[in-house]
Amino acid sequence: MIGLIGKKVGMTQVFDQNGKVIPVTVIQAGPCRVIHRKTKEKHGYDSVQLSFEEIDEKKASKPSIGHFKKHNSPTYKYLREFRLKVYKDIEEGEIFDVSMFTENEMLKITGTSKGKGFAGVIKRHGFHGFQTSHGVHESFRGPGSIGQCATPSRVVKGKKLPGHMGLDRVTEKNMKVVKIDVDKNIVLVKGAVPGHRNGLVLLRKEL
Amino acid sequence: MDIVHEISKEQLRTDLPEFRVGDTIKVHYRIKEGSKERVQVFQGIVIQRRGAQISKTFTVRKISNGVGVERIFPLHSPNIQKIDVVRFGRVRRAKLFYLRKAKGKAARVKERKRY
Repeated sequence: MIGLIGKKVGMTQVFDQNGKVIPVTVIQAGPCRVIHRKTKEKHGYDSVQLSFEEIDEKKASKPSIGHFKKHNSPTYKYLREFRLKVYKDIEEGEIFDVSMFTENEMLKITGTSKGKGFAGVIKRHGFHGFQTSHGVHESFRGPGSIGQCATPSRVVKGKKLPGHMGLDRVTEKNMKVVKIDVDKNIVLVKGAVPGHRNGLVLLRKEL
Repeated sequence: MDIVHEISKEQLRTDLPEFRVGDTIKVHYRIKEGSKERVQVFQGIVIQRRGAQISKTFTVRKISNGVGVERIFPLHSPNIQKIDVVRFGRVRRAKLFYLRKAKGKAARVKERKRY
């Protein structure tokens, strides 16, 4: 797997050759510089450390400046590691941009989903709730019974209950690339991508 | 958001005539059937315009064989060959949903004078 780091810009729509409307997410991705190359011999596995969004040294943390200096690179805001399942000849200092993708290619896209706060079971787990009439009282969106009485006299682990929802790392597979703009560093992907606008997303493709 | 608008800009259509809600228009719409392509004409009153930028749509209503038929077209669709404005209507509402229930004389739209 190799890919790019990007930012979700927003959603819009495009017309295809048949005049059909395709909903697309606009992602500003790359250019990403290879900061660090981990190898099987030295680190136990193959991976590349990619960076995104160059920033002023004043804004970077001192440990990160040291890391970038060590690899003779300008400072960046984001660093993410991409594991390589198969060995590939990539060297430190190489720069990737959206031209690594092709149209109609399927990508894996990872983002952080929008936070939903403390959510009940209907929103969080898709429970159906209760009827709003026919004698049901004081309980319309509750979870119902959460277990038995004396045996086992506890609630089973993993029971679906209300709680915090969202703000999770979510990976969406098989997202189709609709269009690429190399000059603007933009990728259009069919459908919705996890997370809010300006959220960090990772775009990965099979090697 | 500016990037989003810039992407859709090249797909926006500027060749279509101006028309308002209440106007009677003819929409020449390209239809693909297998490999054959033909143009279908849909004539009716515009009862709604909504959306912004590339996602703008309009709804055309007509009475076909006594049955009300409504079609929603994306305004910037490449399948719209052309639009003819047949009659300019004068209405006092942005959405003409009342036409769905109106019958006979009540279902008419006054003509708008153009200077």
